[in-house]
Amino acid sequence: MELISILLLVFPFLGFLTIGLFQKQMNRNISGILASAFIFINLILSGFLFWHVSFSNQTVETQLFDWIKFADISIPFALTIDRLAALMLLIVNGVGLLIHIYSIGYMKGDAGVNRFFSYMNLFVFFMLILVLSSNYLMLFIGWEGVGLSSYLLIGFWYKDHANNDAAKKAFIMNRIGDLGFLIGIFILFITFKTLSISEIADKASLMPSGDLTLMAITICLFIGAMGKSAQIPLFTWLPDAMAGPTPVSALIHAATMVTAGIYLVARSSVLFVLSPVTMNIILVIGAITALIGGLIAIYQNDIKKILAYSTVSQLGFMFMALGLGSFSGAMFHLTTHAFFKALLFLAAGSVIHALSNEQDIRKMGGLRKKIPFTFALFIIGTIAISGIPPFAGFFSKEVILTAAFEHGMGMGMLTTFISLLTTIYMFRLIFVVFFKAESKEIRANHHVHESPKVMLYPMAVLAVLSVIGGFIQLPKLFSETQGFDNYLSPVFEKATGLVSVSGTALDLRTEWMIFSIPLLFIALLIFLSYKRFVNEKEFIAPTGIQKLLSNKFYFDEIYDFLIVKPLGFISAFFRGILDQTIINGFVNAVGSVTLFAGKKLRLLQTGNVGFYLILMVFSIIAILFFNIIL
Amino acid sequence: METTIAQIQVIPLQYYILFCSALFSIGVIGVLAKRNALVIFMSVELMLNSANLLLTAFAAYRNDPAGQIFVFFIMVVAAAEVAIGLALLVVVYRSTKTIDINALNRLKW
Repeated sequence: MELISILLLVFPFLGFLTIGLFQKQMNRNISGILASAFIFINLILSGFLFWHVSFSNQTVETQLFDWIKFADISIPFALTIDRLAALMLLIVNGVGLLIHIYSIGYMKGDAGVNRFFSYMNLFVFFMLILVLSSNYLMLFIGWEGVGLSSYLLIGFWYKDHANNDAAKKAFIMNRIGDLGFLIGIFILFITFKTLSISEIADKASLMPSGDLTLMAITICLFIGAMGKSAQIPLFTWLPDAMAGPTPVSALIHAATMVTAGIYLVARSSVLFVLSPVTMNIILVIGAITALIGGLIAIYQNDIKKILAYSTVSQLGFMFMALGLGSFSGAMFHLTTHAFFKALLFLAAGSVIHALSNEQDIRKMGGLRKKIPFTFALFIIGTIAISGIPPFAGFFSKEVILTAAFEHGMGMGMLTTFISLLTTIYMFRLIFVVFFKAESKEIRANHHVHESPKVMLYPMAVLAVLSVIGGFIQLPKLFSETQGFDNYLSPVFEKATGLVSVSGTALDLRTEWMIFSIPLLFIALLIFLSYKRFVNEKEFIAPTGIQKLLSNKFYFDEIYDFLIVKPLGFISAFFRGILDQTIINGFVNAVGSVTLFAGKKLRLLQTGNVGFYLILMVFSIIAILFFNIIL
Repeated sequence: METTIAQIQVIPLQYYILFCSALFSIGVIGVLAKRNALVIFMSVELMLNSANLLLTAFAAYRNDPAGQIFVFFIMVVAAAEVAIGLALLVVVYRSTKTIDINALNRLKW
């Protein structure tokens, strides 16, 4: 078992090295297959580990070596595979493999395809470190590593300057969050004298609820999670990150990396349940993010931007679940979301591929007949994300809605409203892209073609998962056994044991209401948006509140005004006054004084040897003389 | 050996010091005043030897052989220096047909 968990890290890294080092020599058709093969081996290994961990009900601990060791500090390089990690292993490697295979088709013909696959394997490597780490420092390495690969892949087409800007934005935004995370780690170390996740959980569970140190730690960790998982106010990088290739958006910016924040909170569940203030902050931030993300998504016109804001909204939804204390609910939604959002992104990639890199939905329409397979897959993804039974999204949303209604009626209503936003923006997308009359760009474009099989099959697998993924756990209404809850309960039992169940259990009638009322609304909304969007002839210029939404609440502009501009001003000041005038002036002065002295002293060298000798003798006499009198 | 030392010690030390200073000054003046490179060399040798003489005198008075050993070292170094110096002079003479040191002012740049 120990060996397998090490091999999990070895294969993606090997893939990164071989493809990365020989990218000039390697045939462009081979690299994709090689990269996929490494992830495939990984998937088999993680399946094996998953099986082992689930059935033997024990965690696999692997200590590779002592990493940092001096005085009483000891930080080992160690891997821990418990049920939570095993679940993440399956998601990362499973979705990762499908997206790798898809990329073989999508990236075909790109000059940098070898570089692309080496980065993808690097990403999987770091993601696995993040998931498997047994202490917070290693987790931080993985955390930074996935940020790095995200940066590399967003700026993959580096010749376009806008892509580089997007990559830098993602990196810098994440830095802000990472600073919080880092401070959190420092406080953790000062408080507990260790960074091991399990030891910290043990020690923390003895502390009183509402402890101030714990609050500081959890808020810092949550700031890190906010950066990585694109929560308000650090979310603006995620829509811009769509500048990268579409498979990257699917793997990194929808299915895996952005969920690292949720994973972090779930991993530290003991710390979080002990600080109710932080839990409330998470709930509020999650709700605001889910709301704003959903609202913005309705008025976007770029197919990938819509999905990006949808991701922001869904991540907010997961954080709401965490804030409500439903850790397994958040992980459940994370899992199903990984399936259907990856599917949606890949299907969007397929649309973009079919239209030769057209991303504006206003220039699409009527694609239902032209690319029927992509259409079918897109529909499946949409139904799954909207929460229509029996698709996966319904079940995971149900868990979160139930948790919200248990928390209170108002919270439940708000959560329902937010989840209904999903229906509006997704069905708007579907209707405009696939049902609306063909736009003139489509009529002019005769090269619209269905994607190759290598792209369709991975999507089909994801579609199957999106359909059946939810049956792991049926709603309480229909089934006594809560499969997913039970599976993760050993991970969260320490946390759930610490808090008394606060909310009241729901009676049967409310449960039916939660179950049915959203469905009614969903049906109504689909009908309304069909009426509204399919027959809409011309796109009306947005007015009033719509304009506010289509401009993303002017978040970028506000940040630009509040942070970027002042920073630019300060930089200009330091560059102009401090650097150019003072520091540069000083350095230049040293140079010019030396030059001037040299120019004058040069005249002493007359070439007259007699003069030199006189000078030498008198100098020696002077030196001796000074020696004597001093 | 003792007799030699005794003979040396017949003359008071101040005499040696004065004599050597005079010798050294003559050397310095020779170096400063003369323009003939060969004479300058001879003056330098004079300065070296005045120092040697002083060293032996002190060695004898203090019964310390270290001074005499030093003298041998200085002689060896001086011999090497003269060999190189004369070789330089020969080269200078060949190219300029003179050993006047003012002819060397062309070396300044």
